[in-house]
Amino acid sequence: MPPSPEQLRHMLRQMQTIRRFEERASADYHAGEIYGVVHCYIGEEAVAVGVCAALERDDQIISTHRGHGHCIAKGADLNRMMAELYGRETGYCKGKGGSMHIADFDIGMLGANGIVAGGISIVTGAGLAAQLAGNGRVAVSFFGDGAANAGPFHESINVAAAWKLPMLYVCENNLYAAQTPADGTTATIDIAARGAGYGIPGVVVDGNDVLAVHEAAREAVARARAGDGPTLIECKTYRWRAHTERPTQPDYRPPDEITAWKKLDPVARLVEHLKSHQGQFSDDEWRRMDQEILAEIETSVGYARSSPFPAPEAALEDVFAD
Amino acid sequence: MRTVTYMQAGLDAVAEEMRRDPTTFHLSTDAPRPLLKEFGADRVRATPIAESAFTGMAIGAAGSGFRPIVNWSMVTFSFVAMDQIVNQAAKIHYMFGGQASFPILFRTSVGGGTKLAAQHSQSPYSMFMNVAGLKMILPSTPHDLKGLLKTAIRDNNPVISFESARLMASEGPVPDGDHALPLGQADVKRKGADVTVVALAWLVHEALAAADDLARDGIQVEVVDPRTLVPMDADTIRASVRKTGRLVIADEAGPTAGAAAEIAALVTEDPETFAALKAPPKRVCALPVPVPYSPGLEDHVFPDRNKITAAVRAVMAAGPQSS
Repeated sequence: MPPSPEQLRHMLRQMQTIRRFEERASADYHAGEIYGVVHCYIGEEAVAVGVCAALERDDQIISTHRGHGHCIAKGADLNRMMAELYGRETGYCKGKGGSMHIADFDIGMLGANGIVAGGISIVTGAGLAAQLAGNGRVAVSFFGDGAANAGPFHESINVAAAWKLPMLYVCENNLYAAQTPADGTTATIDIAARGAGYGIPGVVVDGNDVLAVHEAAREAVARARAGDGPTLIECKTYRWRAHTERPTQPDYRPPDEITAWKKLDPVARLVEHLKSHQGQFSDDEWRRMDQEILAEIETSVGYARSSPFPAPEAALEDVFAD
Repeated sequence: MRTVTYMQAGLDAVAEEMRRDPTTFHLSTDAPRPLLKEFGADRVRATPIAESAFTGMAIGAAGSGFRPIVNWSMVTFSFVAMDQIVNQAAKIHYMFGGQASFPILFRTSVGGGTKLAAQHSQSPYSMFMNVAGLKMILPSTPHDLKGLLKTAIRDNNPVISFESARLMASEGPVPDGDHALPLGQADVKRKGADVTVVALAWLVHEALAAADDLARDGIQVEVVDPRTLVPMDADTIRASVRKTGRLVIADEAGPTAGAAAEIAALVTEDPETFAALKAPPKRVCALPVPVPYSPGLEDHVFPDRNKITAAVRAVMAAGPQSS
């Protein structure tokens, strides 16, 4: 079923939450309060939200190094996310992971990952577990166009197709593998075309159109739950910020290209859709929603700042499970 | 008690645990026929030859409530899955703050003596020992293999079982019933007062043979088998060395930054044990070359009972008693 007006509002809220969360995270990173690295997802929000809106809580996803969007779309807690970025013991990983390694197994978010393509085979194992358990769950691998050229993409999709695992492989094609344009490393324009080589559907969608993403994801989820195996969904999208926030990794992309993609803003497009098609969404309501989101982000920062750092000796904990 | 081969003991351990625990399942490029026959193709899966994929899949399935058993066959093939082992399996529990556990058994054969040349004659456990977050066993008998494997399958962490290629057809007694041995507990395979030989896997048997020879000359060798590499039972090893004052370490791997070096360090950095040493410790390891094919070449590269005997005689001759 297409999303209801309430669902669409929820999707908009999630997309804007991702954007506001990362605006704050990047600002606090540059202010020296967040360490290491932050990879921003801004501009790609429609992918995570459109796909996760087609999932149940028990369904599982795995993320990439650019993971905040997937966490928020799957329902992660902003306080614990921000606390993790701030390196505090109340963070999702007790301060052991940081921005690049947030996970919440209780909501089926199997983690962000610092290795490009590293998560694809792991989440395929979650799909195998769902098949073995016969619990009707599906598993979703988010990855970028860069990862689509790495071994785990090919190996995992091959075995998932052969075993008809309940999987979605969602390629966020933002045209760049870190700093390198995709056309210099890939001869095929569409990653989705590779699905044919593995005997599974490959679908190209406008990754800045959350409705299109959601529709493709719903079909793929239905197919997976029916036991018909995986689908490869390629979402054409673009990140607005540099590969990372690190000053050592400046943005080399053409300014005109960035400007052009910003005109395809997935958040603004959903706002326009709600206003023109639902009729009941006003500028006032949008402003109120945004203010509420900003207040939640502020709360999360307050939570993070007031949380203690882990004791140094905690570094020795959790190497092994009991 | 019944007598089985090392290879059969491993298979028995897996089959018993698969019978006991329905969350276990098996991944390998060729499905072992006895397991396939008993448990079916759903739980005993023949994978594509894609070690990286099925190693990663084991991690994801483990994090989703299952206890995967993965057989890489030869350790050579584990290298294909190194990202999944080192970057993912070893770190995933820690990196995510301990919020999920990842019980996985990885089985693989190690060592030479099989005339399979450089790639398929490796003993790279120290590479993995250097990575925090992995437990690993290196059993030397059917008894130890079965007991440790059963415990490894029940452990809530990734455990690598390094199994000696040379010992696959060797036989030994294995207790009936639910025979499980604790990880991290060394076994004194022979008691002796004069010199400790800490030996790994196949070299346990070579050390026992050397001990027989040396006993004829009045040298009493104590043979200690660590059995588990991580966690290493430093207490048992140190206690033996404090008793004998002399240490030889025999390992089929090369010497550089190896398990033997680690054992030497565990002994010498402990003040009480260091004070008890009567001679410098000595390592008996493979020569630091890729393993060659031709029998004479291969034999020359690996340690054996003769090299252990020579090393024992050397440490007996060294130190204060010889001056």
